[in-house]
Amino acid sequence: MSLITRNVFRTLIQGSQHVGKGLHTTSVTADKNVCFAPLSISTLQTSKEGRVKCTLIPGDGVGPELVYSVQEVFKAAGIPVDFESYFFSEVNPTLSAPLEDVVGSIARNKICIKGILATPDFSHTGELQTLNMKLRNALDLYANVVHVKSLPNVKCRHHDVDCIIIREQTEGEYSALEHESVPGVVECLKIITAAKSERIAKFAFDYAVKMRRKKVTAVHKANIMKLGDGLFLRSCEEMAKLYPRIQFEKMIVDNCTMQMVSNPNQFDVMVTPNLYGNIVDNLASGLVGGAGVVAGASYSADCAVFEQGARHIFSGAVGKNIANPTAMLLCSANLLAHVNLHSYSKMIKNAINKVLTDGKVRTKDLGGQSTTKDFTYAVIHSLA
Amino acid sequence: MAVRLLSKIRLVPELRGAAYSSAAAQLSDFEVQHKTPVIRKQKIIPVAQYGGRHAVTMLPGGGIGPEVMGYVREIFKYIGAPIDFEVVDIDPTVDNDEDVQYAITTIKRNGVGLKGNIETKSEAAYVTSRNVALRNELDMYAYVLNCKSFPGVPTRHKDIDVVIIRQNTEGEYAMLEHESVYGVIESMKVVTATNSERVCRFAFEFAKRNGRKKVTTVHKANIMKLSDGLFLETSRRLARDEYPEIEHNDMIIDNCCMQLVAKPHQFDVMLMTNLYGSIVSNVVCGLLGGAGLLSGRNYGDHYAVFEPGTRNTGTAIAGKNIANPIAMINASVDMLEHLGHHYHADLIRRAVNKTINVDKIVTPDVGGTASSTEVVNNIMVNIGKMARG
Repeated sequence: MSLITRNVFRTLIQGSQHVGKGLHTTSVTADKNVCFAPLSISTLQTSKEGRVKCTLIPGDGVGPELVYSVQEVFKAAGIPVDFESYFFSEVNPTLSAPLEDVVGSIARNKICIKGILATPDFSHTGELQTLNMKLRNALDLYANVVHVKSLPNVKCRHHDVDCIIIREQTEGEYSALEHESVPGVVECLKIITAAKSERIAKFAFDYAVKMRRKKVTAVHKANIMKLGDGLFLRSCEEMAKLYPRIQFEKMIVDNCTMQMVSNPNQFDVMVTPNLYGNIVDNLASGLVGGAGVVAGASYSADCAVFEQGARHIFSGAVGKNIANPTAMLLCSANLLAHVNLHSYSKMIKNAINKVLTDGKVRTKDLGGQSTTKDFTYAVIHSLA
Repeated sequence: MAVRLLSKIRLVPELRGAAYSSAAAQLSDFEVQHKTPVIRKQKIIPVAQYGGRHAVTMLPGGGIGPEVMGYVREIFKYIGAPIDFEVVDIDPTVDNDEDVQYAITTIKRNGVGLKGNIETKSEAAYVTSRNVALRNELDMYAYVLNCKSFPGVPTRHKDIDVVIIRQNTEGEYAMLEHESVYGVIESMKVVTATNSERVCRFAFEFAKRNGRKKVTTVHKANIMKLSDGLFLETSRRLARDEYPEIEHNDMIIDNCCMQLVAKPHQFDVMLMTNLYGSIVSNVVCGLLGGAGLLSGRNYGDHYAVFEPGTRNTGTAIAGKNIANPIAMINASVDMLEHLGHHYHADLIRRAVNKTINVDKIVTPDVGGTASSTEVVNNIMVNIGKMARG
């Protein structure tokens, strides 16, 4: 009884203290983002109890293990997100959910977390477009963002790398237009359009503004592909005029890769066409610890799909419980920030940082012997 | 500096009116503006909408601007509105236009802005008013002020519901003044057929879309027979030829002011040129309880800027925690609605109305005793209750 009265009394006192505080000193009297999932995004699918719905694609390789890790952490932290899970795979077409269902779900939920989809080297059906590309085209997920950032206690050759790579991923070399005009002669078309180039350039600059970045570097090969990459470059230059307070520079892709491995700290935000972006993404991920620690996201006007930055399925590790879930957990934290659940997002990020800083639990790729599960539980124990 | 875009723009006949006719119900105003512009853009800039979030330029301006913007951001953060603000501060004391130009550029690339009142301290002839510059450069030719009574605010007239639509870029605000002979100053009032038609069409479309019955054109064509005459003639022609279902009448500005303070209920949508609009909107704001309540909207074919309804900075009460935050919050609600985030807009609007009309927690300027922060806190508490309930 006394316990109850004491608690009631304490609650009342706390309440009155909150009321006393004005806006100028603190923020709000009501508890801030916590328990405010109902209001994250108006267009988001929210169920009755005000939980956010999110499409989940485990993917191939170690994807399901990593996604499981995310779900465990969400469960432990009590994050109000419900997953709508779809098995989606190109290497296992019989079990895969139809593309329309997955696209419909993402279009409805507006957010998705996705493992990596394996792409076979040859096509079963004779189609040139991979499943990944079909998904991107169906949802018009044109912008891929990979934030390459050095993590604490991850031993690498370079320190304090912090750059954002933005990649156009619906045209260019990935247009899936290849044909053999004469036997022995194959032509592969690379498509560059002004509309899509301007769109990605604007995305890059807007992202730089949002993230308070100083510089945007356009990566190109316009000295060889004068028309195609030339158009991309011109579109970037055109957009740069609208952003007088952001520095703009251009770099040829070969030089860029060299600079990236010798002096990665010079880069801030990079904007690239499709293939160069893919290469630079993976290169940069390698600089800060590999595919297991770099998070990425793809955006359309309406949807956001969060996935690993370097798309590597790591099929050698399937079932061995050794994959590093850091990248996937960072993705989930970014997803939470996107739907305005900032406190949860910070909670997960802080927990990951703490585990990495402590350095006691390290997966194999970071030079330790811990398992995926060990790492997940270490993160859960560090949630504050 | 104020390069008029008008000369470069041609009306594209087949696109006239197309903006609103097709599937308007499903499109938000933002989408209508960007997907079906009435006038072609010179250069199409992709819109700043990524993953369902919009980027919006925020110009806090001077006086109470920064503090009320702070409240808006608190509320947006609290309800999780999918908006990313890009804040641009404009230094009122500097004579050059660099900041203003930058602000205009950011609105051009974001498409939408939320602004406080920007002071123009300099009275030098070559420095144009920043508000005017903004409207002219962005070619925001229509200004809309929704005037609806708040039952909780004691006023002489109850249940006023008037919409004022004002030509925003020309007329007396053409900023063409000169001294032809020493001691004789000529100020030019410019009325063009193109702009008159645009704003008139905007008014009638607005009436149609919002289920309004009547449009009243306010003018002084008995004296300025050519300039105001052109405006009046344009509105009459449109009413007769294209919008026969909407009742149309006209009224001379002096009579209109008298009618407004005597019998405001006779008005529905009011359409007028620039200066008259400025006067009439202030009259109506006064009728409804002062400068702190209403919000205004500037529309062009490509851009929209939302601001408090009456344009004064309130420098005298800045920092005293007594500024009325309602006008700016209403402006932000308008913005959310424009972008199609109806859920958030509706939630804030209901919370604001409950705070004013039911809880009666208002600032001293509308007869209350509460501080700005108390009002904002109460709105947030209401939002919390409504969201859970």
